[in-house]
Amino acid sequence: MKTDSSPPKDAAVEIRNLSRRFGAKPALDDVILAVGRGVVFGLVGENGAGKTTLIKHLLGLLKAQSGSVRVFGLDPVTHPVEVLGRIGYLSEQRDLPLWMRVDELLRYTRAFYPKWDAAYAEQLRDQFGLDPSAKVKNLSRGECAKAGLLLALAHRPDLLLLDEPSSGLDPVVRRDILEAIIRTVVDEGRTVFFSSHLLDEIERVSDQLAMMVNGRIVLSGSLDAVKDSHHRLTLRFETPQTSPPALAGVLSVNGGGREWAVICNGALDELKAAIEKAGARVVDEGVPSLDEIFVARVGAKSLNR
Amino acid sequence: MQIHISPNDGVPIYLQIVKQVRYLVASGRLSPGDEIPPIRVLAQQLVVNPNTVARAYLELERAGVVTKRHGSGTYVSEAGSPLARRERLKILTQRADALLAEARHLDVELDEVIKLLRERQEVLTRTQK
Repeated sequence: MKTDSSPPKDAAVEIRNLSRRFGAKPALDDVILAVGRGVVFGLVGENGAGKTTLIKHLLGLLKAQSGSVRVFGLDPVTHPVEVLGRIGYLSEQRDLPLWMRVDELLRYTRAFYPKWDAAYAEQLRDQFGLDPSAKVKNLSRGECAKAGLLLALAHRPDLLLLDEPSSGLDPVVRRDILEAIIRTVVDEGRTVFFSSHLLDEIERVSDQLAMMVNGRIVLSGSLDAVKDSHHRLTLRFETPQTSPPALAGVLSVNGGGREWAVICNGALDELKAAIEKAGARVVDEGVPSLDEIFVARVGAKSLNR
Repeated sequence: MQIHISPNDGVPIYLQIVKQVRYLVASGRLSPGDEIPPIRVLAQQLVVNPNTVARAYLELERAGVVTKRHGSGTYVSEAGSPLARRERLKILTQRADALLAEARHLDVELDEVIKLLRERQEVLTRTQK
């Protein structure tokens, strides 16, 4: 039931030291990731952080320049049929053939997947409220996303791969997508890999997550471990401070004078000992949201650069 | 069983579930012997990861709030009453702290707060009749 960060031998996804450059610009920088089966894995990062590039490697659309990529133990570039047959993919662009009708789109896609479940597809079509005779070009943005999601789900893939599934969608469709993610893992423990910049979604549905900044993984682990190792502390100094307190483990500092709020990473008792040594005491402590952790991490990264 | 999750307030989701189930038991909205939904059902209902629900249930089981019966589901514990009373007092303590803090901000003396509580109690009993 419990997932930990060490991947089982039969990991759904395993990426070792993957690096990629587009011209002089590094897009992926020594990425190491492992996603066990039955896990919901959330990839967090700002636009341009390298999430889509990473996902394209999983699909075999990009070849590793250095390092290796394995999906169910296979290289997606050399085994495209085996790998793609087990992946349900929803791209951020949702490039659907505009001239088709919804029922034609279903029949067309079905031809590519021996494991296509027509009854399930019909159930999803009905649940998503998609009119079978509607032309794809006339679908709304939300309906397009639902149609894309239907195509990704209907062959009951072992790995559901979603690139920014919620991007630009209203809350109702976003909920449909999250429900599909949960149903996928609840139902036979299949694996979900999705990227998002909506941290509350990641917090809601993931077991494991990784945060990407400028092509690098800056933080990865189980959601519980990430939450447990970060703290939001309010420090109070005896005398007003003119500059933010420099403490080990602190990722971001906010405030002024006597009171400063910090987001920090590490063991709480060690942090508190260091804080006391710096002449302050902790007046409030709490668990930061994933959003706060991410903002603090991105800020910390750009400070170091 | 109605539970509301807000992923943005920092409190881990499993803990939000734990707290709310405890609250439902303490307030009597869940009674001893009531069945709580299976992990998969609640996960789909709340749209949260099933492992999160599993962790919450484990925590509730360890605390004696619920009991797992093999092969049949998870139920609110029969022996819940002394614990439930502690829980009830804990909930009230939080409210009392908030009230006292507010009173201090508004410069209202403790005696006045107590007097106000008595007055409100009278109003409440009168309207309930």
